[in-house]
Amino acid sequence: MALNIAYFSWVRERMGVAGEMVDLPADVGDLGALIAWLAARDGRGALAFAEPNRIRAAIDGSMTGSDAPLAGVGEVALFPPVTGG
Amino acid sequence: MIRVSVQSAAIDIAAEFDLHDAGGHGASASFIGRVRGDDGLAELFLEHHPQMTEAGLAALAHAASDRWKLSALTLVHRVGAMAPGETIVLVLTSSAHRAEALAAVEYLIDRLKTDVMLWKRESFADGRVQWVEEREGDQRRAERWE
Repeated sequence: MALNIAYFSWVRERMGVAGEMVDLPADVGDLGALIAWLAARDGRGALAFAEPNRIRAAIDGSMTGSDAPLAGVGEVALFPPVTGG
Repeated sequence: MIRVSVQSAAIDIAAEFDLHDAGGHGASASFIGRVRGDDGLAELFLEHHPQMTEAGLAALAHAASDRWKLSALTLVHRVGAMAPGETIVLVLTSSAHRAEALAAVEYLIDRLKTDVMLWKRESFADGRVQWVEEREGDQRRAERWE
């Protein structure tokens, strides 16, 4: 399944890109599995996603938890906890 | 009237207040967040999501206006590079009486800190650059409103 991923803050810096289109293996079904897959894929992913509990996510613009399914999703954003205000 | 803005231009507090106050309100409350120059901070950079940051602020504004009887609400957040002393965020709320305006201002700034896609990066005079970490206290303050 093709999926569009956007990265922000130090996740973006560690990944070296602001976003990418990936072709997901069939067994990557939810956000937690996606983060584990990115961490295992290469060195930059290992660096960005070494601590999954520090990663937050939004699916098509809505903040969501790591058990959120990816089927039918347009864009996943991955980032550290927000620090605005 | 609800006004939400995400902008790289400086926040003009007087102009925002005039716009907010058109017609006059019984009670108005405000919060202004500014860049602190702690530890030799030279620049604060606010990263945002081109669509979702503004959508998140708009969702918060509507949640506040559902929860309290407000006659006007202004929520303006700066993004990009700014210097110590500059305004990062402006929250204005108005209602017939003070209690609702004050509560809504506190709700908006508390929830903004945990719910909206914004990330602060600090650059210091000695060359250090670091992303700001979330504060546990901010999470607790935001959860009070659930």
